[in-house]
Amino acid sequence: MSLDSPPPPAGPPPPAGPQLGADEWVAREAHRREYLPSWLGRAQRQAERVGWWPRLALAGLAAAALPLIGLGGFQLQVGIDALVVALLAVGLNITVGWTGLLDLGYVAFFGCGAYGFALVSSGQVGANGIHLPSYLSIPLVMLFTAALGVLVGLPSRRLVGDYLAIVTLFFGEAFVEFTNNVAPNTLGGPNGIVGIDPISIFGHQITTNTGYYLLLVVVLVVTMAVLRLLEFSRTGRAWRAVREDPLAAGSMTIPVDRVKLMAFAFGAAVAALAGTIFAAQQISVFPTDFDTPILILIYAGLILGGAGSIAGAATGALVIMVIYDGLLRSPTDSGYLFYGLILLTLVVKLRPWRRLGLVLGATVALGFAVHAIAAAVSARAVAGSPTSTGWIGTAMHDWVIVPANAAVAGNWGFVALVCLLIALVQVSSRTRTILLPPTLYLAAFVWETRLSVEPAVTRQLMIGAILIVMMNARPQGLLGQRRVEAIT
Amino acid sequence: MSADANQPGTAAPEGGEHRRDSVLQLQSLSLSFGGLRALSELDLQVREREIVSLIGPNGAGKTTVFNVITGVYEPSAGDVVFAGKSIAGLLPHTIARKGIARTFQSLRLFLNMSVMENVMAATYGHTKAMPWESVLRLPRARREEREARALATEVLSFFGQRLAGYRWDQPAYSLSYANRRRLEIARALATQPSLLLLDEPAAGMNPAETHEITELIARLRDERDVAILVIEHDMHVVASCSDRVVALDHGVKIAEGGFDAVAGHPAVVEAYLGRDPEALSDAG
Repeated sequence: MSLDSPPPPAGPPPPAGPQLGADEWVAREAHRREYLPSWLGRAQRQAERVGWWPRLALAGLAAAALPLIGLGGFQLQVGIDALVVALLAVGLNITVGWTGLLDLGYVAFFGCGAYGFALVSSGQVGANGIHLPSYLSIPLVMLFTAALGVLVGLPSRRLVGDYLAIVTLFFGEAFVEFTNNVAPNTLGGPNGIVGIDPISIFGHQITTNTGYYLLLVVVLVVTMAVLRLLEFSRTGRAWRAVREDPLAAGSMTIPVDRVKLMAFAFGAAVAALAGTIFAAQQISVFPTDFDTPILILIYAGLILGGAGSIAGAATGALVIMVIYDGLLRSPTDSGYLFYGLILLTLVVKLRPWRRLGLVLGATVALGFAVHAIAAAVSARAVAGSPTSTGWIGTAMHDWVIVPANAAVAGNWGFVALVCLLIALVQVSSRTRTILLPPTLYLAAFVWETRLSVEPAVTRQLMIGAILIVMMNARPQGLLGQRRVEAIT
Repeated sequence: MSADANQPGTAAPEGGEHRRDSVLQLQSLSLSFGGLRALSELDLQVREREIVSLIGPNGAGKTTVFNVITGVYEPSAGDVVFAGKSIAGLLPHTIARKGIARTFQSLRLFLNMSVMENVMAATYGHTKAMPWESVLRLPRARREEREARALATEVLSFFGQRLAGYRWDQPAYSLSYANRRRLEIARALATQPSLLLLDEPAAGMNPAETHEITELIARLRDERDVAILVIEHDMHVVASCSDRVVALDHGVKIAEGGFDAVAGHPAVVEAYLGRDPEALSDAG
């Protein structure tokens, strides 16, 4: 230790003006990477120059105009479900995306809102029932659910991370059990509550699905605007500071516990709002409406869109729900999605172009060769026909083999496909190019023999696949910001 | 414990200490984790506009002192008195609002927030707007937001070109190491402290940056009227900026006074270097 040596001479004088240093370059590079490649990125930049509220208003107007150009009954219902989940995802973003509290019981707040509205807007309670007007019942239910959110949030003062996730998940499951078993005369048990009043606004009762669709668009846009104003206020900054580092936040005058409870309360209130509209639109509520599957969809939407971004949460939820509830129910649409997704991934990921052409050409050639050989060996091997209809089915007819016992072959094919996919990410780039054509062919085989006939299972798999692709291509989500983890 | 080193140092003007009021007083502060005594019977005083350095080998309990002062740990015995009132046992955010700000040895910035937001977040305790006021942009919310931004701009401009305007909207993770340390100090200043606790502000910096930090610490005291308690391993920094030096070892104060007196104190030399080999061979 050199206690007696003189202080060092002054270093070179600091530069007078700003100059492009290494860290500045890294920062600009990181900022550039926030955007999508090529013209998509340019469009993104242009869109960002427009303020947030014109963008939100435009999106809202576009969504409101959709029923005018003619949505069928099924499409309208998909739209309503998607908007409800979008509203839920936007609320979940407060606790998960901003405050960093992994709240797996979130769906219970949705249920609480729906059941709360059902109880005070139906003939369920008492001889004549309670029929509160909407302008009273909705705020009341939201306030009650926010209070419940504070109660559920109380453990978050001590429990963090995985522990909080498990405790809140328990709460979510407890809600389903509660509504199923407690006070069956009031809550209806598994039979739920039926005959719920419609929502009325300014004396006008909303009874049509188009009405609920428009109401949801308005409510979603207003909620997003409110949250956006909150995000860059002292409250929003405190939420995010607590996510980043609770200890430092406390040392910087932020009351960490109170801020966490506030996040729970706000998230719960938004979920309750979604619940009231859901209950009124469905005219009935059942315990199973608020179980884990819907929770998974909300989370999938939030992660796909980008946790921490309001627009991302809404977009992600809409995309997930339209895919999950809309496209994946029909074999033809889900076929387009399946092949489209594969083709898109190849086009984005395979470079140079020569390699892409080679892989696609080899896949096509392989298919015809395999089909010809199989047909020559045994007629049973090509006895079936592809389940895809339309032009895909026609194009595939002499390309993909569909044996007589398609289900069994498809099962084995599925196992082989999983093995091939695992192998694909392990091997070198050269081997991968060679393995790709058989993998693609096998994927088409499994799709035509097995997956497209089982939409219930397939759509779960597809959501998983979409999230995996997203994680690799853009971990921050569609509209999310790249985040770093603190290394301490 | 050695009382003989407890004399006014050469860096501080003679008798000047006694004219100033005490800002922070640790009164026989003790902290135990189970059987381990992290701090025992520690007395420490920081006066207005005074720079006190806390030195000692690794594990001496320096950061623990900071953690007790800022309310991360509650003392097992003794008291922490700040501006005439006991703050022992209060929550960290309450203590911070009373006017004690700190930086962290292992940087704890809000990495995914912008530089400006990092600083503005620290104004939370001095603003009052409720969420609905912020949403509706009511007058109080707008005024507070304007003031917070003005304060943040002011504390950031304290660092000149280092945290100049073009960096304000960049995320904190994009900053270099030295700039992250500067941003931590800026964020601490935004809580409007009267006592600033700096935990190794020069750690990991090159000689030029270290020199800059030394000057900065003196400027903080002169221009912003804060008392400063600083933990530092770089003895050049300690020698050139501190009014008084306190040496710790194993949670016990082993010396206090001017830099030269403490640096030459046998107990301090022993704590850092071990016992004099001749003394050892004599004993053996």
